[in-house]
Amino acid sequence: MDVILLQILNGLDKGSAYALIALGLTLIFGTLGVVNFAHGALFMIGAFCAVTLQRLLSFSHTVVDETKTDFLGNPLKVEKPYIEGWFGPEIGGAIIEWSVPLAILFAIPVMVGVGFAMERGLIKHFYKRPHADQILVTFGLAIVLQEIIKYFFGANPIPTPAPDALSGSVDLGAMIGFEVNQIIYPLWRLVYFAFAALIIGAVFAFLQFTTFGMVVRAGMADRETVGLLGINIDRRFTIMFGIAAAVAGLAGVMYTPINPPNYHMGMDFLVLSFVVVVVGGMGSLPGAVLAGFLLGILESFASTTWATTTIPGINQVIIYLVAIIVLLTRPRGLMGRKGVMED
Amino acid sequence: MFGLNKKDGLLFLFVIAITLLAPFLLNPFPTDSAMAQFNAGYPDLLQRFAIFGIFAIGFNILFGLTGYLSFGHAAFLGVGSYAAVWMFKLFSYNVLPAIVFAVIMAALFSVLIGYISLRRSGIYFSILTLAFAQMSFALAYSVLSNPKFNLTNGETGLQVYDTDPQIFHREGLPDLPHLFGLSVRATYELNLGGWSFTFNLGYYICAVIMLIVFYLAIRLFRSPFGMMLRAIKSNNTRMTYTGLNAKPYTLAAFVISGMYAGLAGGLLAAMDPLAGAERMFWTASGEVVLMTILGGAGTLIGPVLGAGLIKYMENIVSKINDNVLHQWFSFLPDGFEDVMVTLIHPFVGKGWNLTLGVIFMLVVIFLPGGLVEGGQRIARLFTGRRGRAAKRKSTQSTPAE
Repeated sequence: MDVILLQILNGLDKGSAYALIALGLTLIFGTLGVVNFAHGALFMIGAFCAVTLQRLLSFSHTVVDETKTDFLGNPLKVEKPYIEGWFGPEIGGAIIEWSVPLAILFAIPVMVGVGFAMERGLIKHFYKRPHADQILVTFGLAIVLQEIIKYFFGANPIPTPAPDALSGSVDLGAMIGFEVNQIIYPLWRLVYFAFAALIIGAVFAFLQFTTFGMVVRAGMADRETVGLLGINIDRRFTIMFGIAAAVAGLAGVMYTPINPPNYHMGMDFLVLSFVVVVVGGMGSLPGAVLAGFLLGILESFASTTWATTTIPGINQVIIYLVAIIVLLTRPRGLMGRKGVMED
Repeated sequence: MFGLNKKDGLLFLFVIAITLLAPFLLNPFPTDSAMAQFNAGYPDLLQRFAIFGIFAIGFNILFGLTGYLSFGHAAFLGVGSYAAVWMFKLFSYNVLPAIVFAVIMAALFSVLIGYISLRRSGIYFSILTLAFAQMSFALAYSVLSNPKFNLTNGETGLQVYDTDPQIFHREGLPDLPHLFGLSVRATYELNLGGWSFTFNLGYYICAVIMLIVFYLAIRLFRSPFGMMLRAIKSNNTRMTYTGLNAKPYTLAAFVISGMYAGLAGGLLAAMDPLAGAERMFWTASGEVVLMTILGGAGTLIGPVLGAGLIKYMENIVSKINDNVLHQWFSFLPDGFEDVMVTLIHPFVGKGWNLTLGVIFMLVVIFLPGGLVEGGQRIARLFTGRRGRAAKRKSTQSTPAE
């Protein structure tokens, strides 16, 4: 029982990332009818927002520390971040330490801006073009974005730690009545799951309970009629694109402590997120979220020692196998409806 | 001629001439001149022109005719490579059986993937093929290379070792891929003044195979089967209403193009007996899409042109470094020289992928018909009014719904 629970928990963080990316993909596909192959790149840009903020905050100058000496007896030169000079060592140090959560605030405007620029600058011109062209141009954009990031940040993963207060582990088992030390779980992953749940809830609430969301849903159902009613649906869809970009970006920001970001992390996640979207049912937002968590948990079960010794490497291909089975038995996906986004 | 009409026959003759004379034509600069780095007439690159030409011709049969955009064709290339190297390992270094086996394996593989992927069309098809290619990559990279069952040799790549059985290998045969005893590395150097031309058997094997499959592609384009595939692209629904089941045709196109990819993969392994998982990576699939689009999807000559251009640029661009750039811009005043070098630096050398992405976007945005369409546009400018009038007439004749 505790093993099963542990694997479910392990699957939650990856599942959260899949769900967030798939949610953004579905939003963009549902509103604009465009398949965004650059969505993984948005996830990656989000992660590098965290890296950038961390670097900006720890931007430092060299000072001579009189109290310490090096091995020759000379006063030691130390790198001192400017921010510690401005706010004092304690507050400054805390700000640097909390750079990943702070990057959420930094990433939202950046990602919404990137999303607007992408939609207005490029994707807008591709609504009338065939799907193949849309796929190709966003694919090209993904390569370009990825290579730009590689040029500035290098090809190696960049460690971006979580704040100390959130980087330990908790004994979840003891909390809910299992034996002590049976289910120990990294705290940050719980934070990530809670964060993902919050974002998903917020997006659904926004679509369900606001007038803006209602108009967007109406536009998804019948764009033309909404346009004929005198509503500027294009502008709202652009805003939705910005929101979808921000969701992907935030997923990336919070993922950095779990997996140090590198320039090709986006594409690795994108392929799986596409599978998630197809399994969940194209155009179905709850389907995307559900399939994201399900496949994340499934992958975590396939990574157990028992599974990998029985069938070596099953953890690498399980998601694809499940996708094949789902497509063969239920071509519309888990929650896809008849007649919605059929081709 | 060969059952081709006059226009196709001329095109085919032209391609034959270009391919066979390539070692001359692509070496226009003397060996010790400063421009020698733009020469492309050396065996390694020439082989890749022909091999990726085959790959792109095959991809075009699927994408250009039926409009199904596969994002996973590199998987078949990889399967072909692995199959060919296994033939080398088990039997002998002879190229021919290896290539045949590569094509067969790729065909089986593409029947499997095609059968599942073709259950959906449009974007779903692209996503599915991409997912399958990534799965094949994961399989080749780690899953199928465990100590119990080592099919792909993982990160190192599959290669031939001395301990392999090679049961048909005899004394006197070269320890390299060969065609009935003639090594693929056999070359003949021709020195004419400052020029030096290299004729390589490996290249000519690739070239002759490319010409054969190019001929087959022309025949396929002009056949009733080709018309059927075009009908799938232009209006699949209407075709279904006329009582035709489109799926077997699409699957056939998918398998044929998968076999072309397997052939290309087999040839890659035949020129250099090594197969690695990175050949199946999604960037490789993207590259063949780009080759086809850049040349012109749906045209006969386009994919070959695109493949040649991309491989040539990859080769040249990745060789340019800062020193070369400084040489080029040395005529500018000092400050400007540095500015130009800094501006271009990210795009050359290791930045080839960035250049590739930028070209990709530019071609899709501005020239979706590729180079062939670009050439036609320029030709129309020169032929002037008459060409334009003809064009207008042809666009007016839309079929009645």
